[in-house]
Amino acid sequence: MFTFSYLLEQMINGITLGGLYALVALGYTLVYGILLIINFAHSELFMAGGYVGLAVLKLLSDPAIAKGPLAFLVPVQSFFNTAGIGFVCLIVLTFLISAILVGLLGMAIERFAYRPLRHAPRLAPLISAIGVSIFLQNAVLLWVDSKQLPYTRVDGSSFVPSSTAFTVGGVKVYTMQVFIIVTTLVLLLFLDTFVSKTRIGKAMRATSQDREAAGLMGININSVITLAFFIGPALGAVAGVFNGMYYGSVKFNMGFIPGIKSFTAAVIGGIGNLRGAMLGGFLLGIVESLASGFISNAYRDVIAFIVLILVLIFRPGGLLGEAVAEKV
Amino acid sequence: MSVIQASKVTMMFGGLRAVSNVDLHIDEGEIVALIGPNGAGKTTFFNLMTGIYRPTEGSVTFDGVELGGKKPHEVCKMGIARTFQNIRLFANMTTLENVMVGRHSRSTAGPLGAVLRTAAFKREEQHTVDEALIRLRFVGLAGKANELAMNLPYGDQRRLEIARALATEPKLILLDEPAAGMNPHESHELTRLIGQIRDSGVTVLLIEHDMKVVMDIADRIYVLDFGELIAQGKPAEIQRDPKVIEAYLGKGAEAMMAQAAGGTDG
Amino acid sequence: MTTTKTPKVTTKRAAMPRKTLLLWVALALALIIVPVVLQAATGLGFFVRILVVVGIWVLLALGLNIVVGYAGLLDLGYIAFYAMGAYAGVLLGQLVSGTVGGATYWLMLIPAALVGALTGLALGFPVLKLRGDYLAIVTLGFGEIVRICLNNDLFGLSNGATGLPRGVEVMVPPWPSQWLMDNVRFPTPIGEFVFTTNLFWYFAVLMLIIGAIVMIRRLDNSRLGRAWVAMRENEVAAAACGVNIRTQKLWAFALGAMSGGIAGVTFAYVQQFISPESFTFMESVFVVCIVVLGGMGSIPGVIVGALLIRGIPELIQGLIVAGVVQVSGDASSAITGYRFLVFGLLMVIMMAVRPQGIIPSKRRARELHPDDQRALNEEDMQLWDTTNRDISPDDV
Repeated sequence: MFTFSYLLEQMINGITLGGLYALVALGYTLVYGILLIINFAHSELFMAGGYVGLAVLKLLSDPAIAKGPLAFLVPVQSFFNTAGIGFVCLIVLTFLISAILVGLLGMAIERFAYRPLRHAPRLAPLISAIGVSIFLQNAVLLWVDSKQLPYTRVDGSSFVPSSTAFTVGGVKVYTMQVFIIVTTLVLLLFLDTFVSKTRIGKAMRATSQDREAAGLMGININSVITLAFFIGPALGAVAGVFNGMYYGSVKFNMGFIPGIKSFTAAVIGGIGNLRGAMLGGFLLGIVESLASGFISNAYRDVIAFIVLILVLIFRPGGLLGEAVAEKV
Repeated sequence: MSVIQASKVTMMFGGLRAVSNVDLHIDEGEIVALIGPNGAGKTTFFNLMTGIYRPTEGSVTFDGVELGGKKPHEVCKMGIARTFQNIRLFANMTTLENVMVGRHSRSTAGPLGAVLRTAAFKREEQHTVDEALIRLRFVGLAGKANELAMNLPYGDQRRLEIARALATEPKLILLDEPAAGMNPHESHELTRLIGQIRDSGVTVLLIEHDMKVVMDIADRIYVLDFGELIAQGKPAEIQRDPKVIEAYLGKGAEAMMAQAAGGTDG
Repeated sequence: MTTTKTPKVTTKRAAMPRKTLLLWVALALALIIVPVVLQAATGLGFFVRILVVVGIWVLLALGLNIVVGYAGLLDLGYIAFYAMGAYAGVLLGQLVSGTVGGATYWLMLIPAALVGALTGLALGFPVLKLRGDYLAIVTLGFGEIVRICLNNDLFGLSNGATGLPRGVEVMVPPWPSQWLMDNVRFPTPIGEFVFTTNLFWYFAVLMLIIGAIVMIRRLDNSRLGRAWVAMRENEVAAAACGVNIRTQKLWAFALGAMSGGIAGVTFAYVQQFISPESFTFMESVFVVCIVVLGGMGSIPGVIVGALLIRGIPELIQGLIVAGVVQVSGDASSAITGYRFLVFGLLMVIMMAVRPQGIIPSKRRARELHPDDQRALNEEDMQLWDTTNRDISPDDV
């Protein structure tokens, strides 16, 4: 059963999965770094991203939708369904719209569920966050669908061919995997530059190190928090769309487990630490893929949770050290 | 005989030396004051002696036992009690309950005894109440036993913290700025109380900015500045020490010292 | 007792006012008479069943309340202890008597409580040094680990998703329910009264709840209870007073878990069937909801919370099943969905508007409305971080 190419395939699976975890983990870590709360609802934003992406894809490229009142979509769809430029526009637009809408949703959640609790004891925002999470899951369950929705057109064809693959040195690599890994790396690089180079990015880092001092230096704390609650969910939404394309379906409770694992990734890297979250994401993805490939698929979640518990017990500051630690 | 003996104690936070190479000892029955400008490392030193921090270098021994690595509750059980610079009472407990918590390490009842309400449990509870009341009477708060700690006036809160610390039956009590925010009358009362604590057989180490209190009551004084020990000795010696005066920044401090010295007679 | 002149300062057990006493008597009578009447009245028997279900949740919530309300630790995997109690009770019971019923239930209370408490200790020992939100996530992970292991039939014990008991054909009602059913029956103007198994369970659960309440109140009013309050209000000061924070938290965890174990075995024997489906994260959230909405640290709050959160949906479901209310199948599943939606919203709103819950404990209410606790909170966290960062392995 064990062959070198099998190991490599598992590694590639792991890196792909890890990229998704990293994208989601950034949302946890951004918010934790600034507000010291676990945005428990973040996993639902990942889920929402998957759904919004599906809706956009259907509207823009599923002929079965463009009927009745939506008949005006026919010419739009014919553009997006052309190979080449149309297809690229479709994909870019899908990610963009999902990211923006979910980002706005994240901001709204912060405004209504967290901001009123900014001076409350630490458990209050966590409980509120769990409430938001339950609410969003059940809103989708009730108002969208309680069943798994395929990430395809009504006729069953997928928007992005997910089964195309090529072989490098005996190792099968899916195009989708390359797409995910490359996009993730570009986004991570972009975020890293944004945070370390731009004015507002520096303000974010300052705020995460010392909120009060940052406020005294003239940084508008509220806008920094709002921005964090836009960027994090937007990245989560990208991961959600990828998740739908990669695994071929979305479901109302799809965020729960990946959410906890991404949180694990954030902790592994040192919560509050952006690069740590990226590293943690890839690390956890690889560990999980190897564990499921070589130990047991049924226990893959258990293994991830055990990693979480062990890291928290033995290295609560994470591998790269958490941002909050710099305060002391 | 030394109750506490600190030798070459250093505490680093990252690159910052909060306490640097400090030697200090306190003899049984003494009242010793630790003074110095803000940020001199006084409270850090308290935290080192109570198990909150572990010294980066050096050692602190209490009754000959090394304190490094001991947890705060273990230090308490060994016989060191403390108060805090920012009052840390259990705000939503009554005055009496606050002091009863102080009895924790001197009582043993477990959940089983509590659930079964055994004779031993009841006896111990009664004893805890009695002992707590004795401490409240000692600091003059017995009349307010049933009031919530949060509703006490500031001066009473400070005294309640002292009562709570005394309830742990310490050999050494560390008082962190007990006179902060008190008016002259209150701090005079406090000075008397500290004297009574010593007379009851408890050694006292206090951090205090109120020079009048310090000069009135301390047997010996240690002066910290930027984490380093710059002077030690009897109050009269400290008042004359140029390094101390310099540390307190020039003339204002001189005036303050003079005023404190004048106050000693009055 | 020869006491020194202790004025009325000690404990607040003054003579109960007449009115309060009457209220208690009325409550006690209602607790006995109402279910009996419901059981006798034709067609209303299912209410008793609902009361049993709600009762088990009261028991669960009382247990979690020790952890969340008294010790101030958020446990998001509490259902794992419930599961441990249930599975241990069924497996061991089958081993002893070959069935899930009879007198075995009473016997199984002890091992279920022990298994619950030991699981609590085993989890608590390594994780209780974590700060609050990390603890919440770790317990969540633990709860999921337990559920997945049960689902995957770890060690061939749990029978996977199918559940337990395995291979039992004849189900025996709990002792002495059979005897009661046969002998305690008489006609009444509203229908024939039979002392059914449901009614038996009602009284059994009621007794457990009363026992738990007495236990918790006594704990609260003891050295341990004071240490819990102290620790919740100011951990640094509590430690300086000699309170060993780890030990007190462990006690809370173990006692809460024990209560969960007892609730679990009761649930298993009431249902005479268990499967991993009953022990999901959502169930944990349910219990947290009950405690939070009812009022952390408040026994009456927790009971009211369970009545609202578990009782109302069960009642609606019961009315639908009994045909009292006619709804389509879709509507019935929508009701299930909407209750979660409403709970989620309620949690958010309650935290913003009334964090102390419906019937708050007085002390907890004040704690949750600080003027500005933030500064002290953060100072504590820093102290906490520095204290715990370099814990040597032998401390663990």
